[in-house]
Amino acid sequence: MSRDAHPSPVEQTPEQMLQPHDHSSPAGGPSAQPVATEAATGAAGTQSVAKVAHEVRLERLRAFYGASEQVKGIDLSFPPNQVTAIIGPSGCGKSTMVRCINRMHEEIPGARAEGRVLLDELDIYDPAVDVIAVRRAVGMVFQKPNPFPTMSIFDNVAAGLRLTVGRSRRGELQHRVESALRGAGLWDEVSGRLSSPGVGLSGGQQQRLCIARSLAVDPEVLLMDEPCSALDPIATLKIEELIEQLKTRITIVIVTHNMQQAARVADRTAFMLAGELVEVGPTNEIFTKPSDPRTEEYVTGKFG
Amino acid sequence: MSAHGAAPDRLARFAVSPRRRRADRLARGMLLAATLVALVPLVLIVYYLLVKGLGAWSWSFFTTDPTGSTFFGGSSIGGIKSAILGTLEMVALASMIAIPIGVGVALWLVEYGQPLWFANTVRFFVDVLTGVPSIVFGLFIYIVLIIGTGSTYAGYKGSLALSLLMLPVVIRSAEVILQLIPGALRESALALGAPRWKVIFRIVLPTALTGMLTGILLAVARAAGETAPLLFTAGHTNQTSLSLGSFMNSLPYQIYNDVTSPTTEVVNRAWGAALTLVAMILILNLIARLIARRSRLA
Repeated sequence: MSRDAHPSPVEQTPEQMLQPHDHSSPAGGPSAQPVATEAATGAAGTQSVAKVAHEVRLERLRAFYGASEQVKGIDLSFPPNQVTAIIGPSGCGKSTMVRCINRMHEEIPGARAEGRVLLDELDIYDPAVDVIAVRRAVGMVFQKPNPFPTMSIFDNVAAGLRLTVGRSRRGELQHRVESALRGAGLWDEVSGRLSSPGVGLSGGQQQRLCIARSLAVDPEVLLMDEPCSALDPIATLKIEELIEQLKTRITIVIVTHNMQQAARVADRTAFMLAGELVEVGPTNEIFTKPSDPRTEEYVTGKFG
Repeated sequence: MSAHGAAPDRLARFAVSPRRRRADRLARGMLLAATLVALVPLVLIVYYLLVKGLGAWSWSFFTTDPTGSTFFGGSSIGGIKSAILGTLEMVALASMIAIPIGVGVALWLVEYGQPLWFANTVRFFVDVLTGVPSIVFGLFIYIVLIIGTGSTYAGYKGSLALSLLMLPVVIRSAEVILQLIPGALRESALALGAPRWKVIFRIVLPTALTGMLTGILLAVARAAGETAPLLFTAGHTNQTSLSLGSFMNSLPYQIYNDVTSPTTEVVNRAWGAALTLVAMILILNLIARLIARRSRLA
């Protein structure tokens, strides 16, 4: 999986240089040697190269459960450094489509997918591709927060690494757990109790813990399947702020039932109906002047 | 019940009818009675075990083998050392066989076999095995490993009979617990890019551990208390034997032998042995629970 397959300088330059959350903290640099200049130069010193987000493109994607076709041939691309929201009524195939992007769809007995899903021009359904490598590159956050119940906060985040890469040095692990927790905006709330159980956190914190767990393995794309539907408005707001920060380095796809949420966080919005893509475009266009009457009816609340 | 302020017809509509009140009292009373009836034998068992069993306990009771001479009573009848060690050894070996295999079968059934008809067939046979009387397992080992090979009794043959007895209990209880683990947990681990075997060993098994322990202990306790499968597999001896290849004494067999004796001291030794068996299972339970609690957050 080539990380440099996306050399589009126009998109990287302004945002990539900022990356506020990732470098402002001592997480990036070794705290043992507080060099003054390093704090000043920030980004360049700690994480040498700003990460480039990656593109996902679906080509004639079809998904089945047994004989019933839930996603009926979708062409759609998710540009890097952008948040794409998928909206549509229940059962329209949003989640199914998103689960095809990290090949989780096939985990359900009898389920299969056809067509192509290109991650930076590489078809992740190519028989030569390792499904495990795909899932490491394309993280997923689920509707209900689901921290691993037997593990502490630290171990939950570390699990992302331990379950995938295997053993890593203690210092390295600690560093990556901390930066993942900072990346998920949870560090300040939990840094004092890393060894307490992950399930002891509030719902919103648990969901951010799950996001941290996904971030720890350094994904190129993050899929979020209604990540806020079980959360209260304040916790939702925190997740939305987080999405805003994360998109500077990760391509984000978010399924949501909440149209205000789509309007708040998404650069682009796609509207699905009965397994088909009705319309996709810049979010404000979809909400203000959609080209398809069905989209207009849905976003104005006439059905769905 | 004063109806001040409320119109009498309003009260009539909302008041509890005497009939329902009676029915409620009757139902509660019957449930309480059932509880008390069930409690009577339980309390009596514990009471007799303690009263009769503790009387038999002494230092030499645990440190000497039964002598086999039961005519003169007193300390000359010996203790139950060989029975304790025999039960510990045989149950330990049986557990070492049945627990890994049983948990393995349950994992396969839940994690891999779910959509296959073969899994349902396995499930059916496991259910059948659960209902098989324990003496049949003893008989099976007797026919295969004693008659079949033309050899004689041995401790490990007893262990095998016990492990057959434990297997269906372990499989069924582990399977039920594994099915309770939310699919979302497996999904989120898989979505991180974890290989399936790691999901099973790092996420599914630790989460299920505490629950599975209950079923496993039930199986161990059942095996430790069985006489029938040992009758013609492990044989009987008074001597302590540390080798599972030779004849072996066990607590249930010792109890079975002793209660039929005309000598009071020997019958009392049966009580002492019974209390020992119960105490051993209780201690095992406590230790396992302690381990489980500690490993909760390792």
